[in-house]
Amino acid sequence: MTSISLSVNGKSVSGDVEGRTLLSAFLRENLQLTGTHIGCDTSQCGACVVHVDGQAIKACTMLAAEADGADVRTIEGMENADGSLGVIQQAFQDHHGLQCGFCTPGMVMSAAALLKDNPNPTEGEIREYLEGNLCRCTGYHNIVKAIMAASGQDVSKIAAE
Amino acid sequence: MHNFDFAKPATIADAVAALQGDEAQPLGGGQTLIPTMKQRLAAPEVLVSLTHIPDMQGVCTNDAGQLCIGGATTHATVAREAASSFPGLAHLAAHIGDPAVRNRGTIGGSLANNDPSACYPAAALGTGATICTNLREITADDYFQGMFDTALDEGEIITEVRLPIPQAAHYEKFVQPASRFALTGVFVAKYQDHVRVAVTGASENGVFRWADAEAALSQSFASDAVADLSVDPDHMIHDLHASKEYRANLVKVGTMRSVKKAK
Ligand SMILES: Cc1cc2nc3c(=O)[nH]c(=O)nc-3n(C[C@H](O)[C@H](O)[C@H](O)COP(=O)(O)OP(=O)(O)OC[C@H]3O[C@@H](n4cnc5c(N)ncnc54)[C@H](O)[C@@H]3O)c2cc1C
Ligand code: FES
Ligand code: FES
Repeated sequence: MTSISLSVNGKSVSGDVEGRTLLSAFLRENLQLTGTHIGCDTSQCGACVVHVDGQAIKACTMLAAEADGADVRTIEGMENADGSLGVIQQAFQDHHGLQCGFCTPGMVMSAAALLKDNPNPTEGEIREYLEGNLCRCTGYHNIVKAIMAASGQDVSKIAAE
Repeated sequence: MHNFDFAKPATIADAVAALQGDEAQPLGGGQTLIPTMKQRLAAPEVLVSLTHIPDMQGVCTNDAGQLCIGGATTHATVAREAASSFPGLAHLAAHIGDPAVRNRGTIGGSLANNDPSACYPAAALGTGATICTNLREITADDYFQGMFDTALDEGEIITEVRLPIPQAAHYEKFVQPASRFALTGVFVAKYQDHVRVAVTGASENGVFRWADAEAALSQSFASDAVADLSVDPDHMIHDLHASKEYRANLVKVGTMRSVKKAK
């Protein structure tokens, strides 16, 4: 066991982890932050995307011990201070960017990482950025639309509903 | 995944020392190794992280006209920092996997793994790069030794990769959409007096140079120069994604497109 300390959604946390403990397991099991989903556990689906020091990574493919000292943000850290949905989350609701919701935490975290680097992405840029986030329900159109809307762009011309 | 001891050295010397044990293995971004360990195809007793060593991070150019990339530099960093000095390489790095993979995966991990469909091996061989380890410098022509096989010895780590910056280059990747690796990819680099062409995702022996195309393009750097050449489909990869003949054709198409897009 090694002991790690990190910041998660602005709060200092610490815990004992085995070498093999994944960041996803540490978040879900030690911290009970179960919003970070495990879809494939093989770094294919992106349901587990969180931010580590501001960068989107797949929490199922990073060791918890590697996050010692890091600043981690999960879907639980995306809401506004008053507990209402954050801008991207609200846009997903408004534009039907989710159905079962399983992929949604990863989609929102990827979208947040994209908008940080590229506040005004084109539809093509959004689709390319989401290459590592799989959704079995929506067909993606409304996810792309939600992200465009969250970036403040006019989405009325995007056909798919 | 079997359990292991985790080491996080801050210097190359400490990493090399931690790797002395029989069952110790280096960890780059973990984008290949962690899934492999989950499948219990690898079970090191000690895992030595290379991503907290400042001397193995970053991108710079040297007086010899080479781009020097620290062995633990992520694909995302290369995509960003090589954009003006070596756009062909930045483009390659920016199209590996997906953004989350690029934020963790490293050039050293990619070259050490030498997946037959990986992108970086094509750039390293296509530029005639030097692979620097804690022990020696290995030229790319000697480094790649077949599928998943390299000149690296047990416990030897890639500390830096030096790629001669070409006048123009491009990597044309025909994506295998499920894995996001290259179904077939071709890296073409034009230098003052010669051209190099390296192909990934095609041969059963891993990345290789297409000598006929190099000779033709060194005479005339135009896509037409390879129009009459063909690649022997023997020993090409043949799987459910593509036949060997299809891959052989993609090598030529990828070369022609790379020449057209080279910058
Ligand atoms: C969804 C997905 C898509 C991908 N798509 C692509 C793609 O399109 N193109 C592509 O090229 N790759 C792709 N990859 C692979 C990715 O680029 C990996 O990051 C890379 O192959 C391995 O790098 P790593 O730093 O993660 O190494 P690790 O997984 O940590 O290690 C891989 C191997 O290299 C060894 N190693 C690591 N670093 C060093 C070093 N510095 N010196 C010596 N040995 C070392 C390890 O011991 C291990 O054996 C993809 C991966 C995933 C999960
Ligand atoms: S659970 Fe991590 S990528 Fe699918
Ligand atoms: S909403 Fe069900 S997987 Fe995306």
